[in-house]
Amino acid sequence: MLRRASMLLARQPILAARARPFSTDLPAAPSADATFTEAWTKVIPNMDPPKTPLSFMQPRPPTPSSIPSKLTVNFVLPYASELATKEVDMVIVPATTGQMGVLPGHVATIAELKPGVLSVHEGSEVTKYFVSSGFVFIHANSFADIIAVEAVPLDRLDVNLVQKGLAEFTSKLSSATTDLEKAEAQIGIDVHSALNSALTG
Amino acid sequence: MASNAAVPFWRAAGMTYITYSNICANLVRNCLKEPYKTEALSREKVHFSISKWTDGKPEKPTIRSDSPEE
Repeated sequence: MLRRASMLLARQPILAARARPFSTDLPAAPSADATFTEAWTKVIPNMDPPKTPLSFMQPRPPTPSSIPSKLTVNFVLPYASELATKEVDMVIVPATTGQMGVLPGHVATIAELKPGVLSVHEGSEVTKYFVSSGFVFIHANSFADIIAVEAVPLDRLDVNLVQKGLAEFTSKLSSATTDLEKAEAQIGIDVHSALNSALTG
Repeated sequence: MASNAAVPFWRAAGMTYITYSNICANLVRNCLKEPYKTEALSREKVHFSISKWTDGKPEKPTIRSDSPEE
């Protein structure tokens, strides 16, 4: 083990030199290929050259040198985009390592989310969603991408169903036999207790 | 080097992240209040139609979906 450690240390400087920069530090790729557009206009001067997917996408702004005042949040679900490049003051995400507050200028992080409450703070208004699970990608340029499978505003949740579910899964855990059943029951308990504390807390 | 990182309990039980995430999402959907609940459950229904091809021609397609009633 010690021999491998010294090999790793020797390899470090080479790895650092070839390390890839983060996506926000690279210059944006050019959205139109100059040689193609010239060749196109020579042959078909009347029509515009076709647009490529890259020209529809807005490149991410590079990391600014001073911390920006607002955090830009993209909150997406598989079937809808809840918030699209919305500028907010802070978001609190339910990461597996605990409730994480994200302010502008947050260090670039990737965090896995656990079932919990996501709150978006903009000025004096706070919007809360219950997120089932997902990921949050915080980029160095104060952009945060939150992706979740299911996210509902708290007032759409029914307290009775939550408590019934909690009781049901607690009893399933005690009667579970295989590892898989135990895991499923444990997931049920985690989700329902998170729902419960979201509704009562 | 039996288990290096602390694996989550569902991974240790043999479940993948996608399965875990879908189970969590289903549980949350089941706890919704009424009009939202039916919308959410219908949103996640999966239907697909399969047709087998023989001699370059498709046979009659069969429609499959997640829930057995349809």
